[in-house]
Amino acid sequence: MQRTLIKLGGIAAATLLGLTAAQAQGTIKIGLVMSYTGQFGDLGTMMDTAVKLYVKKYGDTVAGKKIEFIRKDSGAAGSAPDVAKRLVQELIVRDNVDIIAGFSLTPDALASADVLTESKKPAVIMNAATAIITARSPYFVRTSIPLPAAMGALGTWAAKTGIKKSYTMVTDYGPGIDSEQAFQAAFKEGGGEIVGSVRFPVVSPDFSAFVQRLKDSKSESVFIFVPGGEQPASLGKALAEHGLSPKTTKVLASGELTNEAPLKSMGPAAEGIISAWHYDWRHKSAMNDEFTKGFREMLNGRNPDQFSVSAWDGMHAIYEALRKTNGNTNGDAFINALKGHKWESPRGQILIDPETRDIVQTVYLRRVEKIGNEYGNNEFDKLDNVKDPVKAKLKAEGKLTDNGLTK
Amino acid sequence: MFARHVSLIFDGFAYGMLLFVLSVGLSVTLGMMNFVNLAHGSFAMVGGYVTVTLMRNAGWPFFATLPVAFLAAAAMSVVVERLLYRRLYRATELDQSLLTIGIVFVSIAVAAYLFGTIQQPVELPQYLRSRITIGDFSFGVYRLFIIIAALLITALLVLGLDYTRFGAQIRACVDNQRMARGLGLNVDRIFMLTFAIGSGFAGLGGALAIEMVGIDPNFALKYLVFMLIVVAVGGLASIRGAFFTAAALGIIDILSKYHWPKSGAFILYFVMVALLVWRPNGIFARR
Repeated sequence: MQRTLIKLGGIAAATLLGLTAAQAQGTIKIGLVMSYTGQFGDLGTMMDTAVKLYVKKYGDTVAGKKIEFIRKDSGAAGSAPDVAKRLVQELIVRDNVDIIAGFSLTPDALASADVLTESKKPAVIMNAATAIITARSPYFVRTSIPLPAAMGALGTWAAKTGIKKSYTMVTDYGPGIDSEQAFQAAFKEGGGEIVGSVRFPVVSPDFSAFVQRLKDSKSESVFIFVPGGEQPASLGKALAEHGLSPKTTKVLASGELTNEAPLKSMGPAAEGIISAWHYDWRHKSAMNDEFTKGFREMLNGRNPDQFSVSAWDGMHAIYEALRKTNGNTNGDAFINALKGHKWESPRGQILIDPETRDIVQTVYLRRVEKIGNEYGNNEFDKLDNVKDPVKAKLKAEGKLTDNGLTK
Repeated sequence: MFARHVSLIFDGFAYGMLLFVLSVGLSVTLGMMNFVNLAHGSFAMVGGYVTVTLMRNAGWPFFATLPVAFLAAAAMSVVVERLLYRRLYRATELDQSLLTIGIVFVSIAVAAYLFGTIQQPVELPQYLRSRITIGDFSFGVYRLFIIIAALLITALLVLGLDYTRFGAQIRACVDNQRMARGLGLNVDRIFMLTFAIGSGFAGLGGALAIEMVGIDPNFALKYLVFMLIVVAVGGLASIRGAFFTAAALGIIDILSKYHWPKSGAFILYFVMVALLVWRPNGIFARR
């Protein structure tokens, strides 16, 4: 442990002087920490394919330096945050990487925050979506989404369209609780009433018991958040099986529930689900068409999803920052280069908030409709420049400064 | 309140029956051959992927794929048994565990390579997804189908083991291998067949599981814990034990999650631990 600390200190000092081994050789090493296997293995596939696609399109040289990737699987041991932390530590100390990227899950990012702060290594979060993460280390930048941004928008919209009562069902971990609170707060503010709520364990193969509770509440609508991967489909089917379809109970959800695979498993039962989300492969723009086409060619015809677009933009952030700093990977220089940086993504205009280093983007409201022979998300409304409401609130209350959370 | 609980117990029972079909083969092979086959879930996964492939790529109806799922898993298990398992029948349990858990990881990687890491969506005919309402009660048709299938399998296995010649031979091998061999039984062949049948049921369970819990490469590992619980608590080589344990597991799981959503996920394990403390060899242990 002591040796690790000494090494860490050494690396930190070297970085400050801009003298890391990697830089001397004219290469920049990026450590990718994602769950390539396990329950959330599909996230790794979707993210890594986008990373590869980006490098294929824009080449592996930026600011005269060659980009090298070192990939680490944080999903092999289930999803233990300790594993992610250890991997980040190894990447920094042993492999001498300059930039960390990835983070499929919130706990992985949170556990690694201290290591990043200590070593002053910049990290680009390509998925983990709990609001508070970016406040835990000044070296975090996020290109995915702070969940409360989209879920708050959904709550506001629901109340505005005349829905009076809602029941919330979320997975019992960071992003789920974040989503639940954001939706409830926005919905109540709009005049809605929450008639009940339930949080299910991260591993729950059979959702019947929870769906029965929802049924008992006789609520006119339900809000759902489950992490992407294997659960959206089984929850969707449990709803359909118990006769709860959007026709009888309005289903409001995050985009995970209406990703391609769960929509295919649910079939007609999915018609009418409303979701608020930042990306769908059907989004209409020339840039997205090109992105989608390239992605399909690379991954056996599969369409990209939110994980892919966030990883794509994460890569873009890294390339842009390196261009601006002329290849300097010093944590502070790298992060400063990205503050306030704006670019066009396949999902639309996005911006890195100079205050919170979190993404500011358009949130789309979509309805599941029959499009051609299959079901898909049809965007019917949007909110531009949506910021994370959680950090804004903390800031207003004086609990959050530019250097992080105050104790 | 009453109607609600009837429907909850029904849901839980169906879930338990799915676990029963998945684990019953393991109970028989573990009890009979004393072989720690942690790769049982991999054979279940084979069945699931066979069904997905046949339905999606060849347009087969769901029911027609079920026998194929059984046979494919059985055939695969025979290959693995002949090539690998046979060599370790006399090895220590640790060696067996290491080999079979290795096979699990290999199977996960192979499935991810062949089918991708994504959940495999299948669309069942609409009537299987509908609900039957009788008075105050309503039941999902698919769950009803799983229950009926599991009851048929139980009947088949119990009758087969108790009343057929082959069943008698299996019991003879379980009770005393040396004696059975001395009486001229081809123990090696009986082992292989039993193993194939057990894995076949796992394959069938994998196919049945798709609609309820989905299938992805992680399937091989995800249900291993439940399978081991069913076998350990039910008692080795006991069909009845596996049946009652699986049913109890499903029902307790769903009732506790319904009443205490926060702690519900743990109650199940407390009950199972209590049962094992009470009867360390399993509730229906033969020996």
